[in-house]
Amino acid sequence: MANYTYTSVPDQGAKAGVLAYLVTAATVLLLMMVFGLLMRMEQAQFISMGAIWFYELMTLHGAGMVGIAGISGAAIMWHFLRQYVALSQGVFIANLVLFIIGVAMILASVLFGHFYGAWTFLYPLPSKSMGTWSQEAAALFMGGMLVIGVGFLLMHLDIARAIMARYGNFARSLGWPQLFGQDDGKAPPPTVVASTMVTIINIVSLVVGASILSMMLVNLYFPGFNIDPLLAKGMIYLFGHVFINSTIYMAVIAVYEILPRYTQRPWKSSRVFLAAWTASTFMVLFIFPHHLLMDFAFPTWMLIMGQVIGYFSTFPVLVVTAYGGLMIVYRSGIRWDMCSMLLFVSLFGWAAGVMPAFIDGTITVNYVMHNTMWVPGHFHTYLLLGMMTMVFGFMYYLGKPYQNAQDSFLDRFAFWGFLLGTLGFTLNLLKSGEESVPRRYAVHLPEWVPYDKIGSIFAMLVIASVLVFIIRFLARLGLSSRDYQRATLARSAAV
Amino acid sequence: MSQQIAWLVSLVLMTLIAFGFAFVAINSGTREEDYPLLQKRAYRLRTKLFWVMVLILGPAMIYTLLSLPYDTSYAGNNIGPVQVVDVTGYEWRWELSRDRVAKDQPVEFRVTSADVNHGFGIYDTDMHLVAQTQAMPGYTNKIHYTFTKAGTYKILCMEYCGIGHHDMMSEIHVGDLKGSK
Repeated sequence: MANYTYTSVPDQGAKAGVLAYLVTAATVLLLMMVFGLLMRMEQAQFISMGAIWFYELMTLHGAGMVGIAGISGAAIMWHFLRQYVALSQGVFIANLVLFIIGVAMILASVLFGHFYGAWTFLYPLPSKSMGTWSQEAAALFMGGMLVIGVGFLLMHLDIARAIMARYGNFARSLGWPQLFGQDDGKAPPPTVVASTMVTIINIVSLVVGASILSMMLVNLYFPGFNIDPLLAKGMIYLFGHVFINSTIYMAVIAVYEILPRYTQRPWKSSRVFLAAWTASTFMVLFIFPHHLLMDFAFPTWMLIMGQVIGYFSTFPVLVVTAYGGLMIVYRSGIRWDMCSMLLFVSLFGWAAGVMPAFIDGTITVNYVMHNTMWVPGHFHTYLLLGMMTMVFGFMYYLGKPYQNAQDSFLDRFAFWGFLLGTLGFTLNLLKSGEESVPRRYAVHLPEWVPYDKIGSIFAMLVIASVLVFIIRFLARLGLSSRDYQRATLARSAAV
Repeated sequence: MSQQIAWLVSLVLMTLIAFGFAFVAINSGTREEDYPLLQKRAYRLRTKLFWVMVLILGPAMIYTLLSLPYDTSYAGNNIGPVQVVDVTGYEWRWELSRDRVAKDQPVEFRVTSADVNHGFGIYDTDMHLVAQTQAMPGYTNKIHYTFTKAGTYKILCMEYCGIGHHDMMSEIHVGDLKGSK
């Protein structure tokens, strides 16, 4: 077995493009969080905006959150991957420009065209709204999604080009020579392995997503061009599931890169690590049928495959990444600051969120929990307390004034507020799911309202805490682009 | 029932993970310089953890796959002729070929949609979801279910379908006698 030792790596400041990504993501995130809160408050009967507004905000919340998860994940991946391979800044910026154009189209579609067919644009709803929105509004929404998808596809193609230029092919950048042959300790670093995986899965997902969007756009104007609804649903969920999953795989690069700097311990691509990422590459592409478990007409073997892969896919998260994080921190003498705390907790959020997720992927459980609040319950756990927490950790890392800078009381208070708020918010959603409350209902029955009231209060706490994170990041934007040591050294090594 | 098990199992697993993280956080202050040795011990523990997961998740996965809701055996061993209910979802209402069925006698719901995707969810008298399937245009999904308790059950839409989604509710009456139209 190869012997791994830690070698110190200088901390680099972020390029302007990375900061532009993060500022865009932070702005949209706050707005979408407020939309989410308004939805919970409407269900809680604290406010009364009506069903149309509720579903409009729901459509924006979904599309916006998935979009900024992609944007902020891409910022992390690009920032670190650039330190190993030669990436094009032009393509990176082009993706952001296309994203902003797409967002403008989606906003116009919803706010002016009153499209509210949900971010999943499930065929044939966009074209069959009973006149509640126009064809043009639906076309603008799906066109906006398509523009965003094309931007991400361009970025991934550039990443594919850069990785191939450096490593020759994806097999090498996934570390297959070390995985299947002799482990000479020269496998590509975790950032390259993760970026390769994300690039492979997202090129597939974006091409599938762009295909179904194009098909639906044609269908919108030529209804004779019929699409099989089951095929459309399969394509939409392959795209949607893989894309949102990829955002975690991009963001976790921050953990792989930054925690070793805090602990002065290596996080290298060992054989188990490489095996886990190769397995995840295949599993994430074939797990999507777990969204169709209640479509009994779908081939049964594919539905069973959805459950089986769901169970298997808990292994890489728990046994490799979460466990790896615990191992690197255990008796490391790590100095806890906002960055290291957030990154550590993000691994918990990811691992914890996977539990109710794979349980929901059990066909007999899905039979009574599919499309209940259980679903937003589990995905908010790993996206908010996992993925976005990685992004917040990265933001604190970039903006840290100097190596041994202390965090203010307000930041630490916001950290605990965020942890408490997110746990309360997500557990409340899960509990509502256990009580069979259906998701995506503008109006709730009286017996469901108490959950909505509690959820609204936790959501307010989350937003207040995130506001502190974001204001701190924006206030330190000037520091974020400079090159200097940020990560505080662990105790004995710091002397 | 499944819901409570899912909730409890999730809580237990999430708590176990939380304990793992709390344990490591508490024991992070003093540094063990010999990381390779610590790693060696941790890898041994990881192998054990891996096999514990295999031994728990494997049988759980196989056990839960034994009773899939995709065929008639899921309805239980109740006797009597199958009561067929044809269900069609519309924006934004349900059309059921009959709204009364007998208890303890299997029911076959043949579910489809006339326009967009809907979700056919059956809620018991305590408003707990007991069965569901998707209502998709062009396809018919069959639910086999045997009601064991009399009362008025509610039908709710489980797939977002536009402005009337939350209002798309209907009822099905389960009685002691043989079901009649």
